[in-house]
Formats: sequence, structure tokens, C-alpha cells
Amino acid sequence: MIELIRKLTDVNGVSGNEEAAAALIADEMKPYVDEIRTDTLGNLICVKKGKGKRIMLAAHMDEIGIIVTHIDDKGFLRFTGLGGINHFYSLYQKVAFTNGTIGVIGHEEEPGELKDLMLDKMYIDIGAGSREEAVKKVKVGDAAAFIGSFAVNGDMVVSKALDDRSGCAVLIETARQVGDCENEIYFVFTTQEELGLRGAKPAAYAVEPEMAIVVDVSGAGDTPKAKTLPVKCGDGPAIKVMDKSAVSHPEVKQLLVETAKKIGIPYQFKVAAAGGTDAGVISVSRGGVPTAMLAIPCRYIHSPAEMVNINDMANAAKLLAEAVKNA
Amino acid sequence: MIKDLTAVMGASGDEYDIREEIRKHINNDTYVVTTDSIGSLYAVRKATKSEKKIMVTAHMDELGFMVTSVTDSGMLKIKALGGFDDRVLPSKSVRVGKNKIPGVVGLKPVHLQEGDEKKQNAKMKQLLVDIGCFNKEEAEKLVSPGDYVYYESEFVDMGNGIIKSKALDNRTGCGVLIEVLKEEFDFTLQGCFTVQEEVGLRGAGIAAYNLKPDIALVLEGTTCSDVPGEEEHKVVTRLGQGPAVSIIDRYSYSNRRLVDLILETAKDNNIKVQIREGVGGGNDSGKIQTSLEGIPTAMIAIPCRYIHSPSSVMSMDDFDNTVRLVKAVLRRLENEKELNLSGGKL
Repeated sequence: MIELIRKLTDVNGVSGNEEAAAALIADEMKPYVDEIRTDTLGNLICVKKGKGKRIMLAAHMDEIGIIVTHIDDKGFLRFTGLGGINHFYSLYQKVAFTNGTIGVIGHEEEPGELKDLMLDKMYIDIGAGSREEAVKKVKVGDAAAFIGSFAVNGDMVVSKALDDRSGCAVLIETARQVGDCENEIYFVFTTQEELGLRGAKPAAYAVEPEMAIVVDVSGAGDTPKAKTLPVKCGDGPAIKVMDKSAVSHPEVKQLLVETAKKIGIPYQFKVAAAGGTDAGVISVSRGGVPTAMLAIPCRYIHSPAEMVNINDMANAAKLLAEAVKNA
Repeated sequence: MIKDLTAVMGASGDEYDIREEIRKHINNDTYVVTTDSIGSLYAVRKATKSEKKIMVTAHMDELGFMVTSVTDSGMLKIKALGGFDDRVLPSKSVRVGKNKIPGVVGLKPVHLQEGDEKKQNAKMKQLLVDIGCFNKEEAEKLVSPGDYVYYESEFVDMGNGIIKSKALDNRTGCGVLIEVLKEEFDFTLQGCFTVQEEVGLRGAGIAAYNLKPDIALVLEGTTCSDVPGEEEHKVVTRLGQGPAVSIIDRYSYSNRRLVDLILETAKDNNIKVQIREGVGGGNDSGKIQTSLEGIPTAMIAIPCRYIHSPSSVMSMDDFDNTVRLVKAVLRRLENEKELNLSGGKL
């Protein structure tokens, strides 16, 4: 699974520009499903056919990044975030465009204090000497991903884009493990989640599931003086009871709890005061879809060095592979 | 036509008059003209040659205000319907209610202002509309809470192809759409004048659900800040530089292949075009693109300086180029047989 998550986080798939991530995931999913398709918003929908219940498992494949809004005469790029990028994290980071162009994020004047950092005073330096030179490599509207190379520390994995390639890895691993199953499973890798849950809405409309489980990362509260609830990396996947976007349906939540107990995997509960997931739009699709949220505890979310525990992902996959059979 | 369209008062939820004005410009012999439950106007010309349906929309509501209460002294408290800058309101002439009675937004004269009052901008909460009444009873005979309040602002031809008016957002888009509806295409063209855009893109989602288009184009008036003092990288669009194609805003991410097609079409037809270099604001695409199973959507806008104020400024050259571009794009879509904007089986 470590190799899978390395591959998944290596690929760039900034919100609205998920093609490469989708192609990689489609390759990984091919052996385990009967049908693979994409839609208008770029969602990747993989169907494992069955005669029973239609169950949608969703993880978003987009990652946060930047989009170029202006190129000046000297060849510097102005940009804004695609998704909730943090201006503190952004300064002096490297970003990579789809064509391989690398840029460094600088600030107009050396900022004296952290509070003086402003996104609209930052620019990207791609080493071009003029506008003419810059536009050969990059144009307004091009997106770039942060560079945050993959590293392993024992059971902990560090990389950019673990939000939410962790969830994508869990879904792929679930597909590998699930085997014979009465129910029809839709493994849906959604787009533009970071821009406001945009891909999941039409995907859920098309799939018309009878039940859904959304897998995403959720802030871990196990670092020094962390503010979030005490969800710990390594203590098992977190069954998210609620966040700003949705409340997990009690029956689907119970299914996850019962299944975890039955197969003996650790789990924890999370109640989030902030943040949202694709569950927000899937649960209210059409006439309503009973939906639960499963979370991989993650440190330093939306930074180029997000950190998760590989065992939490493995356990989440085991849990889902069993749960979809019992639903 | 822009003069007629901008003269009509029609804010979000009060689009009756503007809908009737637009209706006058649509040919009833070639279009089936209907309204939906929320008040949007559809003009559909059914094609015989192709199954393809293309929706072109423009919202017809403008920024306005609503009376929330009448004070004991006969003045009106109001609230904005849409994105609004408090600083724009003081000392403006307005029209109130069904009978469009005249009013002014009062502000304490400079002679009487003290200390901080001089430095701080008046907030809407402090501003009252004066309709010339001396007490509540008098005022209540003329106005009641829920009545609409509009800027009064004359259409002016400033020369050099530049015009000034209220409501250019988005009567200019409505004007382009009316022009486009005069052409015939071999796909089904669904013209759609939506309501309640300014208060949260409310009409557009319903229209997309009802019309189920294969592709959607949204026409808008958009922010233009090419004025002295603005830093170059914060200039979203430039007046006179042609229609602005949106890549992204707060609620939408235009279909990238559709954007490329629009830019190519402009180049091929020698039509001036610019990319909207900003990410703020929102438009009907936000609701349309995630409707049903997802709809490929793009937005083309006319730059309007001082948008959402009673004195917005626009170039008729940009207007003409937008009409040309939209027609050319639709003509190109007519011939694109291989274009796949909606994914499919892998």
C-alpha cells in the first residue's frame, strides 16, 4: 500500500485539472471493476456490478494548488489559490505546472512579520526574463501543484496531496479486497472538492446511490497543543459523526461501527467543528442518500507535508471491504 | 436597445417588468417563449437537424434594495439585494415601490459632521431614504416593507462609443442574448433570461434542470478595474479590449476545452478577446455546471467599470464584439461533431 500511496501522491491533480490523477487511478482500478467512465466534471466512476444495493464509495482526487491570474512584463506570474491554500505555508514553496515548469513562490518585499504576508503580494518566479519568455511555458489560467516529495517514517507517510489521495488509496485497496459481493459498488473519485464539493454533486445525481460512504482526511489532534479533537494518527480510521457539511446517517455509521467490531479493527469517532466533505452534497442528492463519513487522521492538512499513518488507511480499506458486503 | 433594457427597474424577485420588456424583442414566430416557476424567461427554437441542445443564459435582475421598515419620522430603512458597497449609496436619487415614487438617500451634511463621522464611511444601517414624508402614517400610505428601491440613473452616451447607465450588470448580457436569438442554428437554441442571480444564482439552477442542455454559455457584465491607481496584476478586465472569457470565479470553473474553443474561435474570426484575470465574483455558471449529471459551461462577459453602482460604464465596441464572438462560437459548435466535453466510458 505504501507504493500505491507514493504513486498517487506523486501525480499532480489540482482542482479542476485532475486528468493525470484520474488516468492513474483508472489504471489501478481496472482489474477490480466491470466498467469505468468519466463525466462532464471529470469524475472517475468505477462500477463493480451486482444485483443488490447501489452503494457509492467516494474520495476526491483533486488536491489544492494555484492558478495563474496574470503574467507581468518581467515574466513573473501572479496567482491565486485553487482550494484553501494557506498564505503562511505558500511562501518560498516550489510549484510544478503540468508541462514540468517549476516555479518558486516569492513575496513583493521581504515580509517583516508573518502577519504582513499577503497572497496578492506573492508571485511565482519561473526563471523567465520577460513576459515573452514566460508565456512560452505558462499561460494565464494554468494550474500548478505544490511540490512536497514523498517520504516514509516508519508507519507515517509524509507528502503533499495526502488530502485526499489517502482516500483514493483506501478506495483502490477496498476494490482489491472486496471480492464476491451481492451489492453494486460505485467507486467514485470526485473532482473539485476543494473548490466547494463540485464534482460529487453531479456524480451522485448520475449514480443515484441507495447508500454512500465518503472517505477523506480529517485533522488529527495529536500534535503539541493541537486544537482539534483528540483523534490520533495510528488509532484507526475515524468515523466522522458530523462536520460543517453533513451529519453521518445513524444506520450507515452503525454499519461501520458493527463491522469494525466484527473484524476487530480499531476505530475512533470524530466530531468536527469545521471543514466539510463530499458527504455534504451526496447526502442531499435527489431524494436524499444515507451517507456516512470515514476519515483518515491527518496532520498538517493543506501543507506540502501532510502526514498520515499507513495502518489507518489499511484498516479503513479492510473496514469498507467488509461493510459493503453487509450493507 | 441597451437604453431600453437598462431603463427598466427589475431587481432580484421583481423581474416582471424587465421580463415583459425582453419579451418584446423576441420573435414569437420562431421561438416558443415560456416562463418557469421562479420567473425566468425561456425562448426555445427547436432544431430539426440535430439532437444537440445549447443553452445561452443572461440574468435579467439588477442590483436593488428593499424597504425593511418605516421609521416614526417617515423615513425608510432599506437592505441591499446583492453584493453592495455602502459608500456608493449616500446622496443618490432613488425610486420606491410599485409607483416608483421619488426619494433620496440622506446623509448628514458635512457642516454638521463631527470627528470620526467625517472620516468614516456611512454604513447602510445609518442611511435612510427620504421620500418627503413627515411621519410614519404619511409614509405608510405610499410605501410598505417589502417594496423595492431602485437607483435612478439616466442612460448617457458619453461619446467615443462609451455609455453610462445603471443595471449594465446584466442588461448588457440580455442585449447580447437578444441579438444572438436573431440567428438560426441547426441545434436547439435555448435562450434563457434568469432571475435572482444577484442574491445567489437562484434562477439558473432551475433553468438548467428544466432545459437539460448539452452545453451552456453564460453572458454577463463583469468587473473592470482598469483605472488609475490599480496595480496591474489586479486589473481583472480592460474596457475596449473585447469580451472577457472567464476561467474561474468563486463559484465556477469554466469547462477548459470550451474556453480553448472560445479563444480559438476569437482568433480565427479576428475578434478582440481578453481573459478575465481575476477569481472574485460569481455568475450563473456556478449553478449550471453542477446541475443534473454536470453541464459543460463557460462564461463570456462584457467589461463594465463601476459595476453595481448607478453609474456603470461600458464600451459599445465590446458589446458588438461580444455579439460577434458568441455567434461565432455557436456556429463553431454547430460544426463540432467530434467535440467531447462530457467524458464517457474508458
